Amino acid sequence: MWRDALLVAAKDLRIEARSRVVLNQVAPFAVLVLVLFALALGPDRGPLRQAAPGLFWVAVLFASVLAVQRSAAVETTDSSRDGLRLSGIDPAGAFLGKAAAVALELLVLEVVVGAGALVLFGSSVRSPGALVAASLAGTAGLAAAGTLYGALSTGTRMRETLLPLLFLPVAAPVLLAGTRAWQAALGTMASSAGDPWVRILLVFAAVYLALGVVVFGALQEAS
Amino acid sequence: MNAPARPAPWSRRTTWVVRSLGVTSAVGLALVVWLGLWVTPPDKTQHDLVRLVYLHPPIAWVALYLAFGIAVISSLLWLWPRTRSRQWDRLAAASMEVGVVFTALTLATGAIWGRPTWGVWWVWDARLTSTALLLVLQLGYLALRRVPSSAEARARRSALAAVIAGVDVPIVHFSVSWWRTLHQSATVLNPDLSPTIHGAMAWTLLLGFVAMSLAFAWLLVLRYRAEALAEVLDDRALDEALSERWAEGPDPSPAPGTPVGVGS
Repeated sequence: MWRDALLVAAKDLRIEARSRVVLNQVAPFAVLVLVLFALALGPDRGPLRQAAPGLFWVAVLFASVLAVQRSAAVETTDSSRDGLRLSGIDPAGAFLGKAAAVALELLVLEVVVGAGALVLFGSSVRSPGALVAASLAGTAGLAAAGTLYGALSTGTRMRETLLPLLFLPVAAPVLLAGTRAWQAALGTMASSAGDPWVRILLVFAAVYLALGVVVFGALQEAS
Repeated sequence: MNAPARPAPWSRRTTWVVRSLGVTSAVGLALVVWLGLWVTPPDKTQHDLVRLVYLHPPIAWVALYLAFGIAVISSLLWLWPRTRSRQWDRLAAASMEVGVVFTALTLATGAIWGRPTWGVWWVWDARLTSTALLLVLQLGYLALRRVPSSAEARARRSALAAVIAGVDVPIVHFSVSWWRTLHQSATVLNPDLSPTIHGAMAWTLLLGFVAMSLAFAWLLVLRYRAEALAEVLDDRALDEALSERWAEGPDPSPAPGTPVGVGS
């Protein structure tokens, strides 16, 4: 399973390294979302700094929809998913590999967006460790749940519109917990402690990783 | 998967049972309205507003527990190879569809109660937020069902979607209740299971729960039946089209020299 996961992850990352879709299209889009938020909320530093953690996670969430869509599209073209299934790759390994590739892409994207949020909204970091922990846990959860929904909506004719509708409400706890953890780490909320929120993010990631390992085989059959 | 067996028309007894289920739930709901509006006293603190309590919690119970629970459990039963049967797929679809209506009603009655009590139609309270998210999850499930595909693929996909979304519900619930809590704690199902209301009000509320559950069951049966009939219709439409086509007789043979299979 782990070997298969490594193979699939390496394949997806190689495709990304050659096509640069996430880096050249999705990451600029996420930064654009930040700029749009700044336009919507006005030029005052105060509200923007308050909202920075939430805006960061909303931008990441939107970007993750696109990253997942890309990751699923890679499998639909030239019916390469059938090839993947024919090659005898363990479905659990395929799931973990695809999720890992998406997670890695999202992490790179989060560095860009996070730096953008800190610079554009003028926040300062109080505890970098908590910030990184929350981002890692949240990203793992988003990648796992996203890969599941990506596989669920491929093969359907309306996947572009269906994926956000299905995926975003499920990812709502990540937005909520990630925002709270970041608020604690950035010090925008005086009294909130970040630890329980990081724990929620970890639970979310663990649940969806486990679920994906179990059901991904059945999901591949569905379409 | 084989073509669905054509469901026989309902027997007299089934028709009678379903009809009496409908009549009983209608009478029950009418009784709740009568008891709630005229018989029970107004509350000390909430005055007449308390009367909404005979409807809102029963609707929420059906939406959040009964409908969604049945949908997730029957999806699991479909996924389990030993119990796999089209019936579970239909039941999940029917339950989710009726559940959406009840979830929307939960939000609507809650908002009607919230406006005079809290002064606003909507607050970002834990239960309201998670109910709203549940509504979107249910709508997503129904949207997924509407995507055209073969019956087998649709059943598998929707069952998986229900389970993947069902796993999310407890996480949403806990994260959102940590996030913010303003809603009054459960009145009847509080942790020590001792109802904090008494007398006529308690009986009316109990009747509300029973009548609303019966109404749900009635709608569920009808929706299930409609789902089964729709499947038959799909099959029959294809059969009929085929037989019509056959009845037209064989194609006139193409004139010599015209290429076959080249469309204009």
